[in-house]
Amino acid sequence: MAEKITIALKRGASCVGCDIAIVNFNEELFTLLEIADIVFAPTLIDVKYDALRKMPDKSITIGFYHGAVRNSDNEEFAHIMRQKCQILIAYGACAHMGGIPGLANVTTKQAILNKVYKETFSAVNPEGTLPQEISKDEVGHELTLPKFYDHVLALDDVVDVDYFVPACPPTPDMNMQILGVVKAFVTEGKPLPPKGTVIASEKTLCDECKRERGEKVAVDRLYRVHEKEFDPEKCFLDQGILCLGPATRAGCGAVCTETNMPCRGCMGPTAAVTEQGASMLSALASVYGLTDRESEMSEEEIDKLMSNILDPLGCFYRFSLPKSQLGRVVSDTKG
Amino acid sequence: MSESFTPKILIFCCNWCAYAGADLAGVSRLKISPHFRVIRTLCSARVDPEFILHAFKQGADGVMVLGCHPGDCHYIGGNYRTRRRMALLKVMLLQFGLNKDRFHLEWVSAAEGEKFAQVVNGFVERVTRLGPSPFREIKEEKQRETIAAAAQAAAAQ
Amino acid sequence: MPQIWDETHKTDQRVIHIEPVTRLEGHAKIDIFLDEKGDVEQTYFQVVELRGFEEFCKGRPAEEMPRIVTRLCGVCPWPHHLASSRVLDVLFAAPPPPTAHKIREMGYCAHMLESHLEHVYALGPAPDFVLGPAADPMKRNVIGVIEAVGMEVGSSVIRHRGYAVEIENIVGGKSTHPVFSLPGGVSRPMTQEQIDRIRELADKLVEFTEFTLTVVDDVILSNKEYVDIILNKDLYYHNSYHMGMVDENGKLAFYGGKMRIMDPNGKIVDNFTENDYLDYVAEHTVPWSYLKFPYLKKVGWKGLTDGVDSGLYRVAPLSRLNVADGMATPKAQTAYDRFFETLGQKPVQNSLSFHWARAIECVYAAERLQQLANDPEVLGKDYRTISDRVAGEGIGIVEAPRGTLFHHYKSDEKGLITDVNLVVASAQNYGAMNLDIRNVAKTLIKGGQISNGILNMVEMGFRSYDPCFSCATHAAIGQMPMELVIHDNTGEEIRRIRR
Repeated sequence: MAEKITIALKRGASCVGCDIAIVNFNEELFTLLEIADIVFAPTLIDVKYDALRKMPDKSITIGFYHGAVRNSDNEEFAHIMRQKCQILIAYGACAHMGGIPGLANVTTKQAILNKVYKETFSAVNPEGTLPQEISKDEVGHELTLPKFYDHVLALDDVVDVDYFVPACPPTPDMNMQILGVVKAFVTEGKPLPPKGTVIASEKTLCDECKRERGEKVAVDRLYRVHEKEFDPEKCFLDQGILCLGPATRAGCGAVCTETNMPCRGCMGPTAAVTEQGASMLSALASVYGLTDRESEMSEEEIDKLMSNILDPLGCFYRFSLPKSQLGRVVSDTKG
Repeated sequence: MSESFTPKILIFCCNWCAYAGADLAGVSRLKISPHFRVIRTLCSARVDPEFILHAFKQGADGVMVLGCHPGDCHYIGGNYRTRRRMALLKVMLLQFGLNKDRFHLEWVSAAEGEKFAQVVNGFVERVTRLGPSPFREIKEEKQRETIAAAAQAAAAQ
Repeated sequence: MPQIWDETHKTDQRVIHIEPVTRLEGHAKIDIFLDEKGDVEQTYFQVVELRGFEEFCKGRPAEEMPRIVTRLCGVCPWPHHLASSRVLDVLFAAPPPPTAHKIREMGYCAHMLESHLEHVYALGPAPDFVLGPAADPMKRNVIGVIEAVGMEVGSSVIRHRGYAVEIENIVGGKSTHPVFSLPGGVSRPMTQEQIDRIRELADKLVEFTEFTLTVVDDVILSNKEYVDIILNKDLYYHNSYHMGMVDENGKLAFYGGKMRIMDPNGKIVDNFTENDYLDYVAEHTVPWSYLKFPYLKKVGWKGLTDGVDSGLYRVAPLSRLNVADGMATPKAQTAYDRFFETLGQKPVQNSLSFHWARAIECVYAAERLQQLANDPEVLGKDYRTISDRVAGEGIGIVEAPRGTLFHHYKSDEKGLITDVNLVVASAQNYGAMNLDIRNVAKTLIKGGQISNGILNMVEMGFRSYDPCFSCATHAAIGQMPMELVIHDNTGEEIRRIRR
């Protein structure tokens, strides 16, 4: 009887959907518990940071880190998890590529400070109070908060990562796949995949999506999702609805397109490209608004056409902005 | 602006038109700023937006793509694709906050040595005036934050 | 037999840190400051996380918001998805047809169930009350509960929560981060097959929620020591206002109703709808937490204190039961009557009774789910209103499992977001959590005597509220930034350096 392995779950800047993904193992949780003990998981178990820090290096078999790295706390524990765990998995889109929290790279700390604590419609803050890394109350008690970084980072920007599990959150099927791999490793000694593997398909979502596609995709006109009803059988792009399928990994079961909603790319890009945004940009620009009079179109007409694509940055990098080539929005000299 | 700033500029030239035009400019001994490097591709359509983003990430202060005039592409329709992609890329680069003068698409034929010189000199001048790309610092900024935290974590062990 | 108390030992420390707090959704810590005698001087419940949604959503096309804001929270993505949709129904001038509202609410009831059941059995009361607050921390969790109650009951719990998840998947596409709701309605109609399955599961869930009520009875209400702790006014108790949503008959509602505010003496002092919320709710900032404190504007911010003069108010199950005249479904109504017969007149202020109130809401959610699944209109083919008009602003309110949720967006003429305001459920209970934690710590920690059970009982101060801090701290901020601007000799800006 193989010895049980140990598992730890730690979150960074996360929505905790990835912890819920594990709770949603449902009855398969028992299968997991037969082969593994969960030794650290703040959402579920009363083990505190001190206990984690005291665990010997490499004493935890597998660590799942979900969430992006956006403050000193997130990073500190990324390092601690790396130390204590033999295998570290970047679990979920945020740890993999920054995820939705990564969109904060479109703005700056200053803008956010001002907005949240002073400028929202319901904020009442005449003194301009802001949260502080170190503060003292009226009696002199000292209180600390983690330092917030200027940039949102993915897990492998700060530590060495063994495996990546994409999607937001990883689907039950993906989880069962991982459970199968872990079980085979524990009970049969089967080897784990090569280090650095993204545990998902190398094909794009279009391969998995069941919708009908024309011979060649041609997007005559772009509609925003609230502007028309969707044909549940036809490819979204063919219908003029922006869908990130061509730039996104398969492996999630194409659940969104099954629910009659276009893909927004949470699985991230395949290994064939270096980033998701450029991949989608290329694909879309190549098929959008193609006409017979391509040769007569002026630069202005083309610019106007492309200006119909609202928010390419926020759309094509919805889940992957920190891992894009440029990584964040900047402030440039006025020309 | 300090006169010692030399911009890093990358120019993608298509083999059949732009690169030939660049050669002609050279052979004609036209005066051209030296502050650029050329990457030759067979067609301007080979220039993936990824390359341009990567160039800025690596510290380019300005990037240009030069290709055949629409209708004259050696591969018939390659540059039609190019201009669409670059048009959308321009929108996105603006969203990233880059000044619009740091990226430019232009058509230069094999016979247009003069135009090549003009276009390049104009671009170098504009980019020099803008100064270093804000993306030059980003990599270092990120590392500064994270290294500090690593030292802290190590010290706390 | 649950272990309620354990042996204490003396600490010489002047500050006790509980870090991180566990069995909740969120990143937070508790600091307990002791005086020279070892008695509690002050406590702070600090929330340490934030991300920035109110800022980075600017510039995004408004219709994309329902799928962005779900990522505020993976435990309660549904309230955000639906509150966002309600905002956009107005912002795009696309009122949904009745079928769409019913499909949304049906999925939403399943979510309420899923979230509440998870809290009852995994996060909150089951570990703390089945095993006892002072049980071995390594056992005091959902796995320990299953070991204690046995596989049959354990599997049943997991299976039934799984039914709720299945319904979420059917209606929403994904149970975590649903995708189905849009401005003007939902993405597709329901099929007969889907509704048949939902009906089948709804029946099972109604039964299971009744079972959950008996669990509350057997484990908590029939244990005299627990009842004493619940009623003890020096522990989990303070006098606050309450806020909740009611339908047109004054019955508790999760979706599509109006807001009510009840004062600490039981009087309904205010009613309001979306458009007026800013007259009633404001938010206060402190330097020691990333989470703001919502408070009643008319009463004002008076600090972390209770009573009729303090603007702090509570939300979520207990508050919803307090402000409502009753429940809209029969089994839930029976449970509601028993609740108030047992605990006395409104408003009930005993914080631990949130757990019981949560179980009663499960019954309502299951019955309401059953009702909607059997309503012929839920199979209607009119599932969306299409619009190309941009009205520029919208406000949406839903009752999340953890309390009232407000979403408010403004857009430009193209429908790109220009402004976002979120007042999130758990933030509204943040003051209450601080108060309860302080009271419990002050009562239980004397002379520096602590134990793992006592510290857990301090944590139970927040657990009644089933907090969700990822939602609550949607903001991302940091230290004061520094910016250096370099000008050339003509005064023109040539470079900016930021820290």
